[in-house]
Amino acid sequence: MIVEIGHFALVLALATAIIVSVLPVIGVHRRDASMMAVATTGSLVMFGLVALSFAALTWAYVVSDFSVKNVWENSHSLMPLIYKYSGVWGNHEGSMMLWLLILVFFSMLVAVFGRNIPETLKANVLAVQAWISLAFLLFILLTSNPFLRLDPAPAEGQDLNPILQDFGLAIHPPLLYLGYVGFSVCFSFAVAALMEGRIDAAWARWVRPWTLAAWTFLTAGIAMGSYWAYYELGWGGWWFWDPVENASFMPWLAGTALLHSALVMEKREALKIWTVLLAIMTFSLSLLGTFLVRSGVLTSVHAFATDPSRGIFILCILAIFIGGAFMLFAWRAPTLKAGGLFAPISREGSLVLNNLILTVSTATVLTGTLYPLVLETLTGEKISVGAPFFNMTFGLLMLPLLIAVPLGPMLAWKRADLYGALQRLWVFAGLALLLGLLLWYMQNGGPVLAIFGLAIGCWGMLGAIADLWYRGNFGKLPVMTSLRRLKGLPRSAWGTAFAHFGLGVTVVGIVAASAFSTEHVVEMKQGQTADAGGYSLTFDGFREAVGPNYTEERGHFTVRSGGAVVSDVWSSKRLYTARRMPTTEAGILTFGLSQLYVSLGDPMDGGGIVVRIWWKPMILCIWGGCLIMMVGGFVSLSDRRLRVGAPSRKAKPVKAVMEPAE
Amino acid sequence: MMELERLRLPLTVTLSPLAERRSRQADEGLRGFLVKLMLALFFLFTPIQAFAVNPDEVLKDPALEQRARQISAQLRCMVCQNQSIDDSNAELAKDLRVLVRQRLTDGDTDKQVVDYVVSRYGEFVLLNPRLSGKTIILWSMPIGLLIAGIFALVIFVRSRPARRSSEVLSAEEKAKIDELLGR
Repeated sequence: MIVEIGHFALVLALATAIIVSVLPVIGVHRRDASMMAVATTGSLVMFGLVALSFAALTWAYVVSDFSVKNVWENSHSLMPLIYKYSGVWGNHEGSMMLWLLILVFFSMLVAVFGRNIPETLKANVLAVQAWISLAFLLFILLTSNPFLRLDPAPAEGQDLNPILQDFGLAIHPPLLYLGYVGFSVCFSFAVAALMEGRIDAAWARWVRPWTLAAWTFLTAGIAMGSYWAYYELGWGGWWFWDPVENASFMPWLAGTALLHSALVMEKREALKIWTVLLAIMTFSLSLLGTFLVRSGVLTSVHAFATDPSRGIFILCILAIFIGGAFMLFAWRAPTLKAGGLFAPISREGSLVLNNLILTVSTATVLTGTLYPLVLETLTGEKISVGAPFFNMTFGLLMLPLLIAVPLGPMLAWKRADLYGALQRLWVFAGLALLLGLLLWYMQNGGPVLAIFGLAIGCWGMLGAIADLWYRGNFGKLPVMTSLRRLKGLPRSAWGTAFAHFGLGVTVVGIVAASAFSTEHVVEMKQGQTADAGGYSLTFDGFREAVGPNYTEERGHFTVRSGGAVVSDVWSSKRLYTARRMPTTEAGILTFGLSQLYVSLGDPMDGGGIVVRIWWKPMILCIWGGCLIMMVGGFVSLSDRRLRVGAPSRKAKPVKAVMEPAE
Repeated sequence: MMELERLRLPLTVTLSPLAERRSRQADEGLRGFLVKLMLALFFLFTPIQAFAVNPDEVLKDPALEQRARQISAQLRCMVCQNQSIDDSNAELAKDLRVLVRQRLTDGDTDKQVVDYVVSRYGEFVLLNPRLSGKTIILWSMPIGLLIAGIFALVIFVRSRPARRSSEVLSAEEKAKIDELLGR
């Protein structure tokens, strides 16, 4: 019964979506306030209905109701409770439900928190959100209904894919979708602005918090996914340029560009048309990512099911929304007025450079991801575009950007003095190079180019510190005064500093982990010892263990440094009984920012087992940097300017104030 | 396979950095630096990783083994989703790893080994596609777009002051300014 209520709620949500798609737009046209108000209430109702529907599905998972086909296919009664919850979105139907839930969640947020947005704009934005909801509601109900029943009901489920039975599944998809889908708000704002034909700095101010929130969650989602892949897949890699990873990375790159161009628009009213275009492109890339992953065009761990009808359906959604938005853009953009002027060397100029490089990088990743697909469709020839291609092209593109990052915040708006900025930064550049050398030396050498890589990372970190240093005017004012000035800085300035610092940390992590990782593949028998990363590991033997829905062989290792025991680690191989699927559970030991990664391979003839040990120096910087970027995002989001929102239009300057003070 | 060969343009450049690396004269001057830079970027995100290499496959000569690993990282495991033969524990990947090592021990250069594998499996096996007629768009995309973007920006910047100067204040606006300034 509860499952049917969920199904019914979803159909009701569809009906609501139709109403919210149509009435507010007519209301805006006729200037009818009551019709526009439907958008707000309708969005709240839609969220309530979808949430109810999602809760019903979750209930079916938690009580293991195998009469529901979706639950039977992806759950097992013995599965730990947390995976019963997270398993809801560990399959195609459920993950589309999560997608939808987050979409209507954002609509609800706009409806509730968008009080200072003009009524007409708000009505249009919520209507566009409802169009997207409508499309995905239809998609779920027609091709991916999670509420279908089985008769007779099976006694036991088929279990969730073992790789997904991890805490990562509980947080990675929700975070990723909060980012992915969050950009829908920017898209809706862009389309609504084009419909109204009016766009100004206030628009940018309303859009920026949504962009910032979406970007922050997407950063977290991607970083989380990367760490999950790192510890779960058992070969110590953390980024594979897998098409599905690229699908989430492209909106991130475009979203980063959007974040920066919206800044220019908010402060200087320049780059309006470009910002609108970027907002459309960012969400288009999110939709494209959804299509690539969900249609099964690309086979990967993430494509739970392949079904051509679904692919075609999403392709239609893609074509209608992206095509429609671009047509609207082509039609209306010329009517938008150009904004403020600026010299090439200026804060705006540096942000344009940022946008140029990020856009080209996005296009490069997009081309690389789709090229084999397109080429095969057109000519039947198969080629591969893999990690080596992306590393080289993307790496080369990022190099100038990373070098330019600390310069941007140093430049003044409108017209800046590049020489002055360089003068203020050269000490920090020298320090960065020294730090790079120091880090390189501490890792006992390695490729000479690693020094430059590390120095570029340190340059990013020190650049952020330099920004704060000069904003506080340290060195010229008394320290206490400077500290007070720092305290008085707007939160967005702190956000910038944090985000740029985090970027530097991530770069240091990437370079160090790539240049200084060592790997040892050895055959070990009980009692034998292997050396890795300055530690020696003794294999103490196996122990059999039984988990709730798996059996495992756990290998125990004692870790010594200079003869003294410093730690011990378990590394195991599991066999999930329901699917007869083996997984490796790597043993990971953390020393500061570095990690020792122990993974078990195949048993060898003669009683030994293949053991792979990696020493990954400073690898935690990769994800630590992302965490710092996230903190930057949240700090900036808490800026008073964004919380209070744009000043009300009605507050026109009173004449008396403007009278000359004679 | 014949068709693949035919389609490749005469100006085919092997972008395999391994081949470049072998030409030591390239190390001179700026070009040498650039080659090294490309090489470094090439392997930047590819941490030395080998889930699949088993101890019995490893060659005795460390230099040769190093070369084998670098070649393996660029060859696709044909039956896997998106893995190099160096990462994969599939049976076919193991065969290819052994084959690469066999050819290297027999004295092949890196380029010869890669060419041999390509002749057997086609270009699909290369994770880093070669520059040829069918990949020209792929390879020229980053640099082409960058140039196009810069070009568009230059035109944009040049065209703007002209547009702005034509914006003349209306009489009404002038009157308002005078009023505000108390003139």
